[in-house]
Amino acid sequence: METLRKFEKVWEIIDQNGRDSSRLIPILQAVQAEYRYLPEEILTFIATSVGISPARVFGVATFYSLFTLKPKGKYHIRVCNGTACHVKRSMDLHNALQKKLNLRDEKDTTDDMLFTLETVNCLGACGLAPAMVVNEEVYGQLTPERANEIIDDIINAEAHNEQDTHRL
Amino acid sequence: MNKTLIGFNKIKTDYIAWENAVPHRVLVCAGTGCLVNGSMKVYEEFVKTIKEANLNVIVELKDEEGDVFVSKTGCQGFCQIGPLVTILPEGIFYTRVKPKDVKDIVETTIKKGDILHRLLYIEPNMLKVCKETSEIPFYQKQRRFVLGNCGMTDPEDIREYIARDGYVSAARACKDMSPEDICRTILASGIRGRGGGGFLTGKKWDMARQQPGDKKYIICNGDEGDPGAFMDMGIMEGNPHSIIEGMIIASRAIHADEGYIYVRAEYPLAVKRIRKAIKDAYTLGILGKRILSSDHTFNLQVMEGAGAFVCGEETALIASIEGKRGMPSPKPPFPSQSGLWGKPTVINNVETLSTIPLILSVGVNKFREMGTENSPGTKTFAITGHVLNTGLIEMPLGSTLRDMIYGVAGGITSDDGKPMADGFKAAQIGGPSGGCLTKEHLDLPIDFDSVKEAGAMVGSGGLVIMNKNTCIVSVARFFMQFTQSESCGKCVLCREGTKQMLVLLDDIIEGRATEETLKILEDLATAVQKGSLCGLGKTAPNPVLSTLNNFRDEYEAHVKYKYCPTGKCKALTKFTIDENLCKGCMLCAKKCPVNAITGERKQVHRIDPIICIRCGACIESCTFGAIKGEKL
Amino acid sequence: MNENDFLIVDNKEIPIEGEQNLLELIRKAKIDLPTFCYHSELSVYGACRLCMVYVEGMGLVPACSTPPSPSMNVKTNTEDIRKMRKIIVELLLANHSQSCPTCQKSTTCQLQALARRLGITEIRFKNQSKNIPVDDSSPSIVRDPNKCVLCGDCVRICSEVQSVGAIDFAHRGANTMVIPSFGKDLDKVECVNCGQCARICPTGALTPKSEVDEVWKVIHDPNKMVVAQIAPAVRVALGEIFGMEPGVTTTGQTAAALRAIGFNRVFDTSFTADLTVIEESNEFIKRIQKNEFIPQFTSCCPAWVKFVEQYYPEFVHNLSSCRSPQQMFGALSKEILAAQTGKKREDIVVVSIMPCTAKKFEAKRPEFIHDGVRDVDHVITTQELGRMIEEAGLNFRELDPESFNLPFGFKTGAGVIFGNSGGVSEAVLRYVTEKLTGEKRESYEFTSTRGENGIREIKISLAGKEFSLATVSGLGNARQVLEKIKSGQAFYDFVEVMACPGGCVGGAGQPVFTNPVVRQKRTKGIYENDRMLELHKSQDNPYINELYTSFLGEVGGHKAHELLHTGYKSRKRIADEGMSLSSSDGEQTIEVNVCFGTGCFLKGAQKLLRDILVHIDTEQLGDKVSVSASFCFEMCEKGPVIRVGDKVIEGCTLEKAALAIEEERQKVLGDKTVNSMQ
Ligand SMILES: Cc1cc2nc3c(=O)[nH]c(=O)nc-3n(C[C@H](O)[C@H](O)[C@H](O)COP(=O)(O)O)c2cc1C
Ligand code: SF4
Ligand code: SF4
Ligand code: SF4
Ligand code: SF4
Ligand code: SF4
Ligand code: SF4
Ligand code: SF4
Ligand code: SF4
Ligand code: FES
Ligand code: FES
Ligand code: FES
Ligand code: FES
Repeated sequence: METLRKFEKVWEIIDQNGRDSSRLIPILQAVQAEYRYLPEEILTFIATSVGISPARVFGVATFYSLFTLKPKGKYHIRVCNGTACHVKRSMDLHNALQKKLNLRDEKDTTDDMLFTLETVNCLGACGLAPAMVVNEEVYGQLTPERANEIIDDIINAEAHNEQDTHRL
Repeated sequence: MNKTLIGFNKIKTDYIAWENAVPHRVLVCAGTGCLVNGSMKVYEEFVKTIKEANLNVIVELKDEEGDVFVSKTGCQGFCQIGPLVTILPEGIFYTRVKPKDVKDIVETTIKKGDILHRLLYIEPNMLKVCKETSEIPFYQKQRRFVLGNCGMTDPEDIREYIARDGYVSAARACKDMSPEDICRTILASGIRGRGGGGFLTGKKWDMARQQPGDKKYIICNGDEGDPGAFMDMGIMEGNPHSIIEGMIIASRAIHADEGYIYVRAEYPLAVKRIRKAIKDAYTLGILGKRILSSDHTFNLQVMEGAGAFVCGEETALIASIEGKRGMPSPKPPFPSQSGLWGKPTVINNVETLSTIPLILSVGVNKFREMGTENSPGTKTFAITGHVLNTGLIEMPLGSTLRDMIYGVAGGITSDDGKPMADGFKAAQIGGPSGGCLTKEHLDLPIDFDSVKEAGAMVGSGGLVIMNKNTCIVSVARFFMQFTQSESCGKCVLCREGTKQMLVLLDDIIEGRATEETLKILEDLATAVQKGSLCGLGKTAPNPVLSTLNNFRDEYEAHVKYKYCPTGKCKALTKFTIDENLCKGCMLCAKKCPVNAITGERKQVHRIDPIICIRCGACIESCTFGAIKGEKL
Repeated sequence: MNENDFLIVDNKEIPIEGEQNLLELIRKAKIDLPTFCYHSELSVYGACRLCMVYVEGMGLVPACSTPPSPSMNVKTNTEDIRKMRKIIVELLLANHSQSCPTCQKSTTCQLQALARRLGITEIRFKNQSKNIPVDDSSPSIVRDPNKCVLCGDCVRICSEVQSVGAIDFAHRGANTMVIPSFGKDLDKVECVNCGQCARICPTGALTPKSEVDEVWKVIHDPNKMVVAQIAPAVRVALGEIFGMEPGVTTTGQTAAALRAIGFNRVFDTSFTADLTVIEESNEFIKRIQKNEFIPQFTSCCPAWVKFVEQYYPEFVHNLSSCRSPQQMFGALSKEILAAQTGKKREDIVVVSIMPCTAKKFEAKRPEFIHDGVRDVDHVITTQELGRMIEEAGLNFRELDPESFNLPFGFKTGAGVIFGNSGGVSEAVLRYVTEKLTGEKRESYEFTSTRGENGIREIKISLAGKEFSLATVSGLGNARQVLEKIKSGQAFYDFVEVMACPGGCVGGAGQPVFTNPVVRQKRTKGIYENDRMLELHKSQDNPYINELYTSFLGEVGGHKAHELLHTGYKSRKRIADEGMSLSSSDGEQTIEVNVCFGTGCFLKGAQKLLRDILVHIDTEQLGDKVSVSASFCFEMCEKGPVIRVGDKVIEGCTLEKAALAIEEERQKVLGDKTVNSMQ
């Protein structure tokens, strides 16, 4: 029934937006909030429902950087590379994390789907540069070491969780 | 006097009466910066601790009960030293407040009225301890006009906005002023758009006003994509009602009945606060049908961006609201003729709109007292880079760079944050679309026209200060990289041109360039500037052209002598190991990705310059500082 | 604007006469400003920046999107502009697979031409071209993204003119591409193969798919009898490839060239067009009498047919059941030639020469394949024939004219005007008027069907009855007409649709043209042809009449039906999978597919779906049934529609669904018992 619930959610989203093609971006935002990414079949579905061509929906979904057509990791790390952070060497953070998580520019998600690493242009926390955000949580005044620690904490917490579920 | 104003008056008198009845108020900064620093915990700690101290704590003014009123505010601009806490009525200004400090504050300051010196701000240059903001140079040298309420009021409480005379200007505009009156007044104030273009707001409105048709739109541009600028965020988070009020006035001036606030999605807090503000305004009849007891109708909604810098451009923003790819389209037709859904549309920046109610309330003359003849008023800047105090500031237009760097920002620092006398090299103003100013511009009045003449742009107000150790070519490359990756890809010159400019800059930085490279770069930059479709492409070459202009030697050093004067370009640096310092720890050899370093344990190591790819990894690994980069 | 308003272009006064933009005025001044992204039939896009001109007081502006105003002083060749144009072309070439000698568009490519025109001899920028795979999945179009300059012309023609939107921009900045949705192959999306995108593409990024090699192969095969049929529109355009004026008729040279190349017979598709007129007119008269499936839609344009199948399945039965002249020809010629020559059907190879890319698709439709042999084996375009003639080294213009083989080479003017929008209607009117009134008419022209408008309405009164016709070209216009018919705003008895603006003369297989004047000249050539022929009405074609008496029998009769008619069915819009909602692990799974298209949703699909899922839960069928949702079975009027196994259930309720699932389960069980008994 889980899928049905989600599917009905898509319907609800499309309906709330009046089946209106001009509401495409809010629809995609809401759908992504529900699924964490934009599955192809859902995009086709949206296209049919609001009466535009799938190619156009695809075009919109790939234009905006916050939309993703691939599932992202459970933890979505975005290192700020806005001007303020850049001058405070934010790319060092990024490189350190890339190394730690064994990622490359072309491969931004870990195989276990735990982390996705990206950059972002300014989080509005410039006073605390360099900054990064993990899911909703923003961290400021970072060093590569501190960033690594944050990731370690998550990895540890995840390991615990897993143990817990096993014990259960 | 009409119904709304009576209602407003009641809200105002109640609020002030209750406010006066509560002896203390604690303002905890809850802007993005301070939140990141944990100010929410500080806030909660206050509520808890005060309660535990057997004082009556309130978080919302309801009646006259309460000993301490604790509220959250928007950003106060000085996030670097946050979380910030202000204690009223004394105005004591505490910095870097941690939850563990709260107990002390409650005991010492609230209960006894004494000052906790360890939490006060110490002015680093003079080592002066400052009790309140008026003593801190960072604030002293500013003129906080638009940001006046930011950090001093609770942005989520519409009653406080009204208590500070909010929505009075909007009510006047809707009832006592004709659209022509409003346009005339705004034109007379001389305010120019704060979003980058510097276009006369009054003129823009008047053009839209004169367009025929009964459906028009007003859009607030809160996309703020300039990386490293967060002025508009400060206003959206700290004083959202001022934007709504500005939009109401604009809607009345052009006869629009519908509006959008387009907010950058990376600003979740701003979105939340604006949504709340809109909801509250509807509740009080400030938005909707026949607002503020006038015959004017105005509906407002929020649209969140989805991550595209180019959507700050007007026509792209409109496309985005219409559910399309955010690709700009040629102007003419201008949005004021044919904008959203083909209807006349006015698009204004957040700061512009937020200034409008103030212009009506202080009057044109008072407003014009600030700023210069052709650039009246104040302007906010996000000052970052190699300065002691980074943050969000507001200055009268016409202030000098010197005022800002040395007056407000506390002077230049080295890379590791230490003061660096005489360290100023350049200031990039206007973000990726701006240009760079140098020493000779330190006393240039910063206003729309003078900055443009100097080959840069006030832009939206991003201000990056760079010290002498900054490689100017790398800076240009950074901005180029940004515009290149944000190009929408529609027009050839911008899509392909910025890509090739980046390739050329990489050639320079990585030692592959010839003198021909500079010429091609300059030709290409000029073509992209002159021929691109929208402002993004037209301004993308600015950082390159202005640095080429101001720092030609530095480019030539890279190209002709394969030498980076600041030693920042690793590919132009020769890495050597100092025999006297090397301890033979082998760390560097392990780090080297191409095995260019050889040596036995406890023996001096050597780098083979032929194998070395100059990645710089070794230099960072050596804990003895034995590895040096020098001119090739 | 005033009558005497003018502006100055390169020191010359040019009067302003209602032009929308500077570009039109500059062209009026006989200056060929380079452009990639401006077409008068499309919206202004402003992306290529090649049209930049200098206007005093304004600086550099794009001519295509700057409205003219009096006393502007325009310069089109300043140093800045020349520099910029070069840079633009160099930038494009630096991101381009530069393979001109082997490129389909070589010699007609605007990028290549511009590089030459601007004297570009070196490219100062590093090559950034990425070598993306070429998409040749479609039977009609080859898409080579490495040659795309992102002018967006194809995107706009496909969506604005054709209202299909099969290809669009995707990604951003330097990664921008023009692709079908989700980067799928073009034959997996809703493309109707009209080829208009390829026609308008200034480079080799979209080209008609070539079958030249296959044709040479059969020509070289001594066992094959290779038969050519030439479509009406080809004859007025082929000459352009050899430097002749558009509209000049080249049938004689074409027949000669085809024989020289090695074709065994050379026939004319106009012959089967005459046949189409007779079959289709009679079908029309029958429908009028029965008052069934009115309006009747023409079905000779395969792009239009696919369009109806995809987007308006409720109208498929309105399509005439007549095959297109190309397919009639294929079926008929194979049948008759086989009988005449004793050759096997598979050794008779029919090659069509068409102005069209959709015909390539049509020939491959399963309806037109019998016993594994296609009725039409290969379809080459006018361009491709041009290339074969060039390859054979024939001096086309100098060839002595020859005539077509009989009988399929003989046609009336009615069969020729098929090449033009309005032609089918006119040809049908030439037949129907005489048939209904029973009188011979002196004149044959119905000029009201002619003209440049994309939608033309004709009212005609015949035998005391008013008839209303529409001739439409361009699928966007067709969509408008269909919507009007659907909503009852318009009523027609007969609707002719040609997918290409202007009809087949403007087909995508024709020699490349961008100026509409070329198409107009071809149209003129077509009517000229009609006038020059001795007969003008299909019913007067003696060979057609002979064909009926000796072979086909009655018009619309049994034999005619077998060879000349077909049926069309709604096709699922997109070759997609449904969205899985619950899946069973069981071996024998019953697939239940619930339509969640708009139509069915409004008719309660959502509740039905939930009920079905609950039903499966309570009946504990979870391991036997898997449920998925798909998006429109194209039977929206009868929603909610579900499919259980192979069975489609219209107007479905939970009871019907439960019953169907049970039936299917019994069947599966039955199969199992049968299996286990064996
Ligand atoms: C690429 C680009 C990005 C822009 N981004 C913004 C932005 O983030 N916020 C903004 O207010 N204006 C931005 N602008 C300027 C707007 O297009 C527009 O001029 C402005 O919103 C008008 O408001 P104003 O007259 O109040 O300044 C941008 C312009 C360009 C070309
Ligand atoms: S200048 Fe750049 S961002 Fe603007 S339209 Fe052209 S490609 Fe897009
Ligand atoms: S890391 Fe430093 S000290 Fe150690 S071997 Fe290398 S150069 Fe010598
Ligand atoms: S700079 Fe890089 S490549 Fe060269 S020696 Fe150091 S680590 Fe090795
Ligand atoms: S598209 Fe044009 S320029 Fe490109 S290879 Fe083909 S002919 Fe040459
Ligand atoms: S034009 Fe030049 S490059 Fe092209 S085939 Fe001829 S010789 Fe070769
Ligand atoms: S062939 Fe026609 S339908 Fe297909 S993509 Fe091209 S223009 Fe669109
Ligand atoms: S495929 Fe052709 S028409 Fe389409 S955008 Fe590319 S170059 Fe232009
Ligand atoms: S109008 Fe003619 S050329 Fe165009 S698609 Fe239809 S049949 Fe082909
Ligand atoms: S630049 Fe990183 S938070 Fe603003
Ligand atoms: S968020 Fe507190 S000062 Fe900026
Ligand atoms: S024709 Fe004007 S920009 Fe392309
Ligand atoms: S919506 Fe078309 S069949 Fe269901």
